[in-house]
Amino acid sequence: MARSQVISPQTMQAVRNSGAVAQSEYLLEVKDVRKEFPGVVALDNVELRLRRGTVHALMGENGAGKSTLMKILAGIYTPDSGIFRLRGQEIRLKNPLDALENGIAMIHQELNLMAPMTVSENIWIGREPSGRFGLIDHAEMNRRTEALFERLGIEIDPEIRVGKLSVANRQMVEIAKAVSFDSDVLIMDEPTSALTDKEVSHLFRIIRSLKADGKGIIYITHKMNELFEIADEVSVFRDGKYIATHNSVDVTRDDIIRMMVGREITQMFPKEAATIGDIVLSVRDLTLNGIFKDVSFDLRAGEVLGFAGLVGSGRSNVAETIFGVTPANAGTIELFGKQVVVSSPSVAMRHGMAFLTEDRKETGCFLLLDIQENAQMAVLQQRYVRFGFVQQEKLRKEADEMANRLRVRTPDMAEPIINLSGGNQQKVLICRWLMTNPRILILDEPTRGIDVGAKAEIHRLISQLAGQGVAIIMISSEMPEVLGMSDRVVVLHEGRVTGILDRAEADQVKIMELASR
Amino acid sequence: MSEATNELGNTSKTGLKKVRRIPPELSILLVLIGIALIFEVMGWYVVGDSFLANKQRLSIIVLQVAVTGIIAVGVTQVIITGGVDLSSGSMVGFIAMVVASFAQTSLNARAVFLQPEYAQFGLSWFIDSSPLWPILVGILLGAFLGYLNGLVIAKTGIPPFIATLGMMVSARGLAKWYTEGQPVALLNENFTWLGQSFNLWGFPVPRTVIVFFIVAIICHVALSYTRYGKFTYAIGANPQAARVSGIDIGKHLIKVYAVAGLLSGLAGVMLAARAQSGQPNMGISFELDAIAAAVIGGASLTGGVGRITGTVIGTIILGVVTSGFTFLKVGAYYQEIVKGAIIVAAVVIDVYRQRKKSRA
Ligand SMILES: Nc1ncnc2c1ncn2[C@@H]1O[C@H](COP(=O)(O)OP(=O)(O)OP(=O)(O)O)[C@@H](O)[C@H]1O
Ligand SMILES: [Mg+2]
Repeated sequence: MARSQVISPQTMQAVRNSGAVAQSEYLLEVKDVRKEFPGVVALDNVELRLRRGTVHALMGENGAGKSTLMKILAGIYTPDSGIFRLRGQEIRLKNPLDALENGIAMIHQELNLMAPMTVSENIWIGREPSGRFGLIDHAEMNRRTEALFERLGIEIDPEIRVGKLSVANRQMVEIAKAVSFDSDVLIMDEPTSALTDKEVSHLFRIIRSLKADGKGIIYITHKMNELFEIADEVSVFRDGKYIATHNSVDVTRDDIIRMMVGREITQMFPKEAATIGDIVLSVRDLTLNGIFKDVSFDLRAGEVLGFAGLVGSGRSNVAETIFGVTPANAGTIELFGKQVVVSSPSVAMRHGMAFLTEDRKETGCFLLLDIQENAQMAVLQQRYVRFGFVQQEKLRKEADEMANRLRVRTPDMAEPIINLSGGNQQKVLICRWLMTNPRILILDEPTRGIDVGAKAEIHRLISQLAGQGVAIIMISSEMPEVLGMSDRVVVLHEGRVTGILDRAEADQVKIMELASR
Repeated sequence: MSEATNELGNTSKTGLKKVRRIPPELSILLVLIGIALIFEVMGWYVVGDSFLANKQRLSIIVLQVAVTGIIAVGVTQVIITGGVDLSSGSMVGFIAMVVASFAQTSLNARAVFLQPEYAQFGLSWFIDSSPLWPILVGILLGAFLGYLNGLVIAKTGIPPFIATLGMMVSARGLAKWYTEGQPVALLNENFTWLGQSFNLWGFPVPRTVIVFFIVAIICHVALSYTRYGKFTYAIGANPQAARVSGIDIGKHLIKVYAVAGLLSGLAGVMLAARAQSGQPNMGISFELDAIAAAVIGGASLTGGVGRITGTVIGTIILGVVTSGFTFLKVGAYYQEIVKGAIIVAAVVIDVYRQRKKSRA
C-alpha cells in the first residue's frame, strides 16, 4: 500500500486549530449540492447541517441519494456543484485521503475489508507503524488494535483473518477502523443493517461516547426505532431532493414516513394466516463441525419459520448448509419426504429451494453485470432456455414486472447493478430468487437496507407466497420482523437449537432468553 | 417506460431517464483506425506509398494473425471466467505435428505412419486418405487437452495460470517427442487447400481468415445469447455468487477450457495446412499474442469482462502493427520492442476511458 496514505499528526492538528479560530454554529454545513449520474439526478440541490456533539440521522427511500451525498463528503465522488463548510471554513475535497485529513471518516454501506488479511492489517492499512529498517512493526500494530478494541469494548482477535469473521463482526471491525481515524465528522451509512440488537446497543454506546467527545455523526438508517433512540436531529431526502430537518423529539414515526415517501404506510408486518400443509423440509441432527451441532426442525408448506439468535449463533450457517453451500458433516435433510444429500446449491435448487444470502456484495451481486443479468442468473438453471439459447424477451418481461413490483429505482434494466443504491441491489436479488418459483425459500436478512415502503411490499410478498403454499425460512436480526412474520420461531444459541416457539407464545423476552442461554 | 404503479400507490420515477449506451468496442475500434491512419500517413512520408490501398497487404494483415485470432477467441472465454490459458501455443505446435502426420502422402517415404513403430498400429491407413481425418483428429485432440486443463483446475482448485503453464511445458515436450524433433512434411494437397487463399472480387482471401471469422461469430453468439455465455460471465464476475445461484462452477470451467483447447486444436490444423508441414517449434508465444489480443479488445484479466468483437478488433490491431512496421521497413528487433509498448498503450487508453466514465 502506498506510504503516502499516512496522515501526519501535524496536519490533523493544524486542521483542528484552524477550526478553533473560525468557530461556527455548525461543524459541517453543506448547501445546494447537485450530483447527476447518466440518466439519474441523484442529488438536486440538497442541504445538511451537522452540529458538534450530535447525531444527525439521514433518512429517505432507497435511491433517495443518501449514500451519494455521503460519498461526496468522503471525497469519493465530486459534486457537480455545491457549497461545503467544515468548521466554518469553505472546503473542496479532492479525494478520500483529503477528506480524512480534513477529519471526515466514513463507514460504508457495503463492507470494504480485505478478507485474506488480518483484522489489524485491515484497520491500519496505509498507516502501519514502522519499526526497524522501515518494515512494518506487526507487534506494535496488534497492540494498537488491542488498545482500540479495548476502548470500544470489542472482543475480536486482532490477528484473525477477516474472511473468518461473521458479517456482523466484520461490521464491528469497520466501525473500529472508522473510529481509529479520530475524525471530527463520522459518517455511518447503515451500520446496523447486519447487526443484532446486542451489537446495536454496543454501537450506540460507542456513538454516545463519541458524542461526548464533541464529534459529529451522520447516521443513515432505515430502522425507525434507532432514529428515536440515538439521533438528535433528522433530515429527510426524497428522490434526490431535500425535504426537511427536525429535532427527533418533535416528530413521530408517521411524520418521517410521510416525508420520506409522500404517503401513508400502515401495517408493517402483515403475515396473513395461511393454511399450513405437509412437512416439506425435515432436518435432523444436522452438524457442521465447529459451527453448529444437532440442529433439528421441520418446515411445512405455507409456513414462515423465523430463525432468531445472536451473532455467532449459527443461523446463517445452518441456512448455508441446508442449501448446500457448505455441506453438512453429519445429520440428514429430508425434502418432500425423500432424504437428499444436498452437496451443492445446484442440488438444492433442483429440489425447489432458493436462498437469498446475507452479504449481497460477497455472495449476491455480480457487480460487473447489469441488472437484467443479475435478476435472471438463477432462473436460467431451470427455465427460459431452449437448446441452450436464452429466451431474452420473456425473461426481460418477467424481470421488469418483478422489479416494478419491488420498486427498484433505476432508469432501465441494462444499467450495471453497481450503479444502484444498496437497497435497490437487495431488491434485485430478491427478484432473482422469486423468479425461480421456489417451493422452499430461505431468506437471510431479506429486508437488509430496504426502506419502509419496499419493506412492507416484501412482507406482503412473503405472506402471499406462504398463502400459495411456499415454505419459508426467514432469518432476521430485527425482532419485530421475526415476531411479525413468523408462524414459529427457531432460536439458536452458539450453534444449538435452544427452543422452537409458536407464534402465540413467542415474544421478545422469551426469544432473548433462549438466545442468550 | 410508463409510470409503474403497484398496490402501494405510485412509484415515483422522477429524475430518471434512459441513457444511450455506446458499445465498449467503439473506443478500441477507434484505436485501430487511428493506428492504421498513422501508418498511412507515415507510409506517404517515409516510403512514399499508401499503406492501406494495397489488396495484397490488406489480406496479409489478417492472414498473419488469423491463427492467433482463433486462439484468442478461445482464450477470451477463459479470461472472462477469471482464468488464463498459457498452453495454447504449445498445443498448436503438438497438434500441428500430429495433424500433419495424419495428412501425409505416400510420396514421402519417410512419412511418420510408414515408420515401423507407428505402422504396427495400422496407422499407415491414413496416408493419402481424406483430409477430414487430420481435421477431426486436431480438433478432438485439442478439446481433450483443454478438457485436461479444465479437469485439473476444477478438481484440484489450483490457479489456471499454473495448470496451463504445466500443459504448456508438457505439450511442447510432446511436440518434440512425437518425431524426435523432425518436421513432418509433404502433405496431402486436399488438406493444404485449407491453408490457401481464394479470390473474392479480386481480393485474395485466405481460408484461414474465413475460419477465424466463422469461429468468432459462433463464439460471439454463444457468449451473448446462450446459457453457456451467461454462466461464463457470472463465474468471472463473482464465483461465490455464481455458486450460490446454482451454477456448477467446476463443470462449467471444464467446458470453457475444453472449448479453448478445441480452438487451439483448430488453430493447429490451420497452421499445418498453411505451412504444409508440422514443426515442433510451431506456435511458440502464440498464447501471449492471443492473450494480448483479448486484453487489447477489452477483456479484463480479473474476469467478468470481455467480448469477442473486442478480441477480433484486438487481433486485427496486432496484425496492422506487424505489417505496418514491415511496410515501413522497421527492423524485426525494433518491431518487437515497439509492439510491447503498443500493447500496453492500447490497454492504458481503454482503462483510462473506463475510469473517466465511472468517475463521472
Ligand atoms: N455510480 C453511479 N452511477 C450511476 N448512478 C448512480 C451511481 N451511484 C448512485 N447512483 C444512483 O443515484 C441514486 C441515489 O443513490 P444512493 O446510493 O445515494 O441512494 P441511497 O439513498 O443511499 O439508497 P439506499 O437506501 O438504497 O442505500 C440512485 O438512483 C442510484 O441508482
Ligand atoms: Mg445507500
